[in-house]
Amino acid sequence: MMKTSKIPILKLYNNLLISIQWELDDKTAMQFQEDLLKKIHETGATGVVIDLTSVDVIDSFIAKILGDCVNMSKLMGATVVLTGIQPAVAITLIELGIELEDIHTALDLEKGLELLKELED
Amino acid sequence: MDGQSCVMIMNEWDIVAARQLGRHAAKELGFGAVDQARITTAISELARNIYHYANGGKIYIDKIEEKEKKGIKITASDHGPGIPDIRKAMEDGFTTSGGLGAGLPGVKRLMDEFYIDSKTGEGTVVQVVKWLR
Ligand SMILES: Nc1ncnc2c1ncn2[C@@H]1O[C@H](COP(=O)(O)OP(=O)(O)O)[C@@H](O)[C@H]1O
Ligand SMILES: [Mg+2]
Repeated sequence: MMKTSKIPILKLYNNLLISIQWELDDKTAMQFQEDLLKKIHETGATGVVIDLTSVDVIDSFIAKILGDCVNMSKLMGATVVLTGIQPAVAITLIELGIELEDIHTALDLEKGLELLKELED
Repeated sequence: MDGQSCVMIMNEWDIVAARQLGRHAAKELGFGAVDQARITTAISELARNIYHYANGGKIYIDKIEEKEKKGIKITASDHGPGIPDIRKAMEDGFTTSGGLGAGLPGVKRLMDEFYIDSKTGEGTVVQVVKWLR
């Protein structure tokens, strides 16, 4: 029997780092959204990097949750960068008709942190 | 996996199970990474619609062969409330649940063939095919 797993959220200076390491189910994704907002509130983090290197499907439901995470974090004063989106995932997102226009993206965690630094300056 | 397999969709874990089964079948058939993602995403959208709107149903995954062609056929079937206006449901952005409304029109773009049949009070069947190139 599967159960909802918690995605670990690490703090590094003013940033939160999240690496999603397994297939996202709906409950885990919704729990993550709640945990992330709580953590931003507790820590006053100004940047968030969510690494999606290991994620090989993002459907419209998960995409909506990720988009909501970005917008809600922004309201709380934190900029989100999504990193490591696989080419196949990027293609399916576009074909689904989901636009990530206003969302910051970078190649990997390291580049994501660099981008956050640039955005702050 | 040979021939047909079927996943009952009752809860959100079943959506993950259907996806994994579909990806496995797509890989076995020789689909590349992008097509595997398309097929898996399509299954996810259809399974989620069953879970959200029909309170349960089934996803069938078939390996199919026709003359020189090989492919995968996904059938999503439920006995839910049905879709009153299919044309509207196929529009980008149309949703009755605060979703993105990208599921059905998106699945149509992701796959090569798309059939939908729905009757109010009886249920919905969506059948999609991806051919191996
Ligand atoms: N299996 C189904 N049974 C009943 N209604 C459905 C079913 N699938 C889709 N619908 C209806 O069609 C609409 C559009 O579906 P979809 O394109 O997947 O977008 P979303 O799920 O984001 O609303 C849904 O909001 C729902 O009203
Ligand atoms: Mg849907």
